[in-house]
Amino acid sequence: MGIDGDLKERLQERAQFIRIRTVDLINIARNGHYSSTFSAAELFSTLYYHTLNIDPKQPDWPERDRFVLSKGHAMIGIYPVLADLGYFDASELDTYTRFGSAFADHADMTRCVGADFSNGSLGHGLSVGVGMALAGRTDDRDYRVWVMTGDGELAEGMIWEAAMTANQYKLGNLVWLVDKNQMGLDGYTEDVMNIDPLDEKIASFGFDVQTIDGHDLDEIVATFDALPPTSGDRPQAIIANTIKGKGVGHMELNPAWHVGGPIEGDAYDEIVREIRGETSTPKDYWPRGKTIRN
Amino acid sequence: MTSDSKPQSSDTHGGQTSDRLVAEAMPSFTAGEILARLGRSDERIVCMTADLKYANRSSDFETEFPHRFFNVGIAEQNMVTVAAGLASCGKLPYIFTFASYLGIMCAEAMRTACAFTNMPVRFVSTHSGMSMGYYGTSHHALEDLGIMRTIANVTVVSAADTVELEAVLKASLTHEGPMYIRLGRGRDPEVYTQPLEDFQIGKAIRVREGRDLTLITAGTELRPALDAAEELVKRGIDTRVVDLHSLVPIDEDEVLAAASETGAVMTVEEHNVRGGLGSAVAEVLADNRLAVKFKRHGVPNEYVPVGPPTSLYAHYQLDAPGITEVAEAFVNGA
Repeated sequence: MGIDGDLKERLQERAQFIRIRTVDLINIARNGHYSSTFSAAELFSTLYYHTLNIDPKQPDWPERDRFVLSKGHAMIGIYPVLADLGYFDASELDTYTRFGSAFADHADMTRCVGADFSNGSLGHGLSVGVGMALAGRTDDRDYRVWVMTGDGELAEGMIWEAAMTANQYKLGNLVWLVDKNQMGLDGYTEDVMNIDPLDEKIASFGFDVQTIDGHDLDEIVATFDALPPTSGDRPQAIIANTIKGKGVGHMELNPAWHVGGPIEGDAYDEIVREIRGETSTPKDYWPRGKTIRN
Repeated sequence: MTSDSKPQSSDTHGGQTSDRLVAEAMPSFTAGEILARLGRSDERIVCMTADLKYANRSSDFETEFPHRFFNVGIAEQNMVTVAAGLASCGKLPYIFTFASYLGIMCAEAMRTACAFTNMPVRFVSTHSGMSMGYYGTSHHALEDLGIMRTIANVTVVSAADTVELEAVLKASLTHEGPMYIRLGRGRDPEVYTQPLEDFQIGKAIRVREGRDLTLITAGTELRPALDAAEELVKRGIDTRVVDLHSLVPIDEDEVLAAASETGAVMTVEEHNVRGGLGSAVAEVLADNRLAVKFKRHGVPNEYVPVGPPTSLYAHYQLDAPGITEVAEAFVNGA
C-alpha cells in the first residue's frame, strides 16, 4: 500500500509542524500536553490536510465533515492547524492560555473558530459525534463525523453508551478513531484499566473495525480513503496503534512527558531537529506492569 | 434513516394501547403533544428519551415524527451529550426523563456539553421533587434547582400545569442556550384557565393579589399555595401569590415588590430549602438589603421518609392545609 509521494511528504511535514507548534505553544503556557499530541500528529495531519471535507472560509457550512476531538488535551495540536488553514490568524495563538484568550488547553467552540465542539471532559466525544451523525441522518446530509478518542478515556462508561447508540441508529456516517497511544497519566492503559482486546470489544458493539499503524501515513491515508460511503448502516472504527510521545525519543512512552514544561534555547533547537528526523534522543520507556513512580 | 432503526418497545399493557392509558394516567404531561404540534412548523425540533417515552409521554411526539425521535435506552448522560451534538448541527432537542437523572446525574454533561457550549438543549425534567413518593430517594429530585441554577448559561423554569407548560415550550423555541424545565408527576391540577399569552421567561406572574403576605412559589406548589391563600384570607391574612416560574433569570422586581408591598414573604417549594427557590429569593432580598419578614418553606436538608406523595406533602406541610398552617404561624409569630 502506497500513496502519492508528494502527498506523503506534505502530510509528514505537516505532522512535524504540529509537533513543533505544540512545543511553541507550550512555551507560551509554560506547561502542556506534549506526548498525547505527538501520538496523534500523523492522524491530525491526514484528517485536516487530506481527508476532512471542510471549508475554512465557511466554518459553519452545514455540509462540512465534523471532527470531534474527545481527547481534548491534544487540542494544542489542532489550534495551529486551524490557523494554518485560515480559520483565524496565526498571530492569535500568541495569546494561547493567557488571560482572556480564546484558546485554552481544552477547546471552547464558542471562541475558537473551526472547532466543531468544545472538549476536555473525557468520554464525552463519541456521544457528541453520535448527535452530529443523527442530525446528518435527520437532515439527509452526507457529511461524515469523525470522533477521536484516546485509549485511556475508554474506561469512561458513556463511550460505550454512545457506541450502542451508533449501532442502534445504524450510523454509517460516524467514524470512531482511537489514538491508541497505550498510556494514561498513571502508566500503561493495560496496567491502569485494561481496555483490550479493543478491536473485539468495539466489533461486538456493531462497528466495522480496522486496526492500523497510526504513524504510517501510507496506511492512514489508504484506510481513510477506503472508508465505505456515509450512507452505510454500520458505524466505522479505526484503531490507530500509536506511541505516546512519538517523534521525540525521550518523550516516547514516558509519563513524565504527559504534561511538560517549556523547552527553550538550545533545547528548543534540538527538539525541532529531532522532530524533523535529523537527530534522535535515547528512549526511556516506562516499564510494563509498573504503576508506581518511585 | 430507515424506520426499522427505531428502537422498539412494547406498545401494550394488558391488551390496551399504553399511549391512551398513560395519557389518562398523566394528563399534565402534554409536552410531547405540544411539541408535536410545534414541530409541524419547526423542523429543528427533535425529542429524545431514555427508555421512558410512555412515562413522560414523549411518545406523543414520536407518533407524529418517528424519525425525529431518538430513544437512547437507559443512558441518560449519553442522551444529554448526544443532544448537545444534535444542537450543534442546528437541531432543537427536547430531552425527557426523570428530574432525578436530568437534574442530578447529568449535571456534568449539562454543564460541560450543553451549558459551556451554550447549546439550546431543553431538559424536560419530569417527576421532580418527591413526586415519585415511595419509589424512594433515587427517584426524587430535591436538589436539582440548586444544581442547575449555579450552572452558567442555564435557564431554569418550572411549569405548574399544562397551560403554563405550553407557554414555556412556546417561549423555548426562541430562547437562547440550554433550558432546564421542571415538571411534576403528570397529574398536576390545573391552575391557569386561559392561555398565558403574555408569558415571558424571567417575568413572574402575580396570580393573586394581597397585602399582608406574599407566597412566592412555582411548579407543583402553585396550586396548593393558591388554595392556602384562599384559606388564609378567610383567616384574615390577605395573601398575594407569585408564580416565580423562572428561577433563572429571576424576576427581581417582582420579588422586591413583594418585599416592599406586603408585610411578609414566604417561599414555598418542593425542593430542599437549601439552594432552590427560597434561596434564590433570599439572595435577591439580601443583595438589596431588604430586612423583610421572610421564611423559606420546603423540604429540610434530609432524605424523605417512605410514603405515597400525598403523605409526603402532608408530612412536610407542603399541601394546602400545611402551607396555610405554616404561613399563619409565620405571619402571626414574633
